[in-house]
Amino acid sequence: MSTQDRPAASPAAGPTRREVYEAGVRRRANRIALASTIAVVLALVILIPLAPGWEDVKRAFFNGRVFAATFPGLVEAFVLNVMIFAWSAPLIALTGLGIALCRDTRSPALFPLRLFGVAYTDIFRGLPVVLVIYIIGFGVPGLGLPRPWNSPYIWGTLALVLVYSAYVAEVLRSGIDSIHQSQRAAAASLGLSERDTMRYVVLPQAIRNVVPANMNLFIALQKDVALLSFIGPVEIFRQAGVYKSLYANFTPYVGAALIFLALTIPATRYADYLMNKQNRERS
Amino acid sequence: MKLISTTAMALALLTSAAYADGHAACAAGKTLTDGTLTIATGNPAYYPWVMNDAPESGEGFEAAVAYAIADKMGFDADSVTWVRTSFDEAIQPGAKNFDFNMQQYSITPEREEMVDFSLPYYTSAMAVLTTQGVVDAGATATLDSLKGLKWGAVATTTGLPMLTNVIQPDSDPLLYNDNADVNAAIMAGQIDAALYDLPTALYLSAVIVENGALLGQFPAELSETPDQFGLLMEEGSALKECVDAAITALTDSGALAAIEAQWLAEATGVPVVQ
Repeated sequence: MSTQDRPAASPAAGPTRREVYEAGVRRRANRIALASTIAVVLALVILIPLAPGWEDVKRAFFNGRVFAATFPGLVEAFVLNVMIFAWSAPLIALTGLGIALCRDTRSPALFPLRLFGVAYTDIFRGLPVVLVIYIIGFGVPGLGLPRPWNSPYIWGTLALVLVYSAYVAEVLRSGIDSIHQSQRAAAASLGLSERDTMRYVVLPQAIRNVVPANMNLFIALQKDVALLSFIGPVEIFRQAGVYKSLYANFTPYVGAALIFLALTIPATRYADYLMNKQNRERS
Repeated sequence: MKLISTTAMALALLTSAAYADGHAACAAGKTLTDGTLTIATGNPAYYPWVMNDAPESGEGFEAAVAYAIADKMGFDADSVTWVRTSFDEAIQPGAKNFDFNMQQYSITPEREEMVDFSLPYYTSAMAVLTTQGVVDAGATATLDSLKGLKWGAVATTTGLPMLTNVIQPDSDPLLYNDNADVNAAIMAGQIDAALYDLPTALYLSAVIVENGALLGQFPAELSETPDQFGLLMEEGSALKECVDAAITALTDSGALAAIEAQWLAEATGVPVVQ
């Protein structure tokens, strides 16, 4: 796109007529986009407060007094979310990889492993996360485990790992499948064992291909950590519920949402960036 | 001038005549549906507040109180309809689907900023629900002993500040959505004890929780901020003064105490936490 590509137009002659025209089109598009954005924002800002119940809604959801009183406590509770996320994510990645490899076994003798992989992903992707958390979080400790082995943190984490590793396994499997058969054939012709082929040829490419898809899963996990509150841990969502009950006001939920967004928006932006980068490299 | 004073006198006479009719005139035109009183309770409604989850029967403490209040306001039993709401539905902004909501809502100044409460119809002691195993392990009804326990509670309870401020447990309490989840955690051994209002705790320890035991109670009269239950109404509800008048009448006549004696178990056997 540089000017050197077009020897006809010397730099001294300034922009070509085509460039002037295109710049004009761009400016016009920008002006229209700006005007329509302003119109939409103005309509929202003006019209919503005109609704008859706006004062009530404002008092119940956007109450400055309640927000100020509860926000520090919410931030404090959010630390627990981050901790649960931090120890769940690596476990999920490892288990997911294991299940994906189970499903990809090709030897007839390992058919039971393949069957296990299929059953695992089918079951745990098909169950609501909350149900798995209840069954494992209350059920397993109910078998009579002594403390601290009946802690809701342990079994709640296991529930999250079970469900999310099923999704991650499927994403990884799609990555493994995306590596063309000819690569395996080439590796075999070089004398690599099947195991080494997977380790050194297939997986490095497969995992790189599915990084953006897995980023989305981990963003979803960050939100689903809140479901552990069902079995006891007081993380941000539960803390917001406690404040809601004490103040009879929904503002703490809005505060919790803001804290979630502060983390998930940068993470989604980063995932988008990775995905775009990958698309550019491929094209 | 004379005309005005005559009108005023006539009006005063009229009002007192209407008042003599009972409180029927007070609530007229102020309910959701004319001639009907719509009362909300929980889904499900728990024993001993409502028996068998059937408030229409008038059995159970809150069901009985609801019909007594309705009667004082001039609604016979047939003119009372029941709806079910969660706590969140009760406090959501916008039009409500009930005239008043009755499910052990504790009156607090913070809540009063958002909704209206009637005068209290019950003052509850808080009680410590645990299992026989924990008691056998040496837990006693003293604050020192309670501090060392692993605590749980329903997240929506106003007993939570009491738990964190008065008992001050050594480890952070675990919180749950409802009674059933707290009981599951007790039975799974994840928590030692849970804080409930006394009537609920009595019921749970006797019927629901296996080997349940009541370790002790914090009597309402010893508490600086006793847990008082009130009817929840929309902020600025026109009905509030009628409801308050009915509750005052029931309290003064001793009818409220009689209903309490009929439905809420005797709690004198539960030791007081030292």
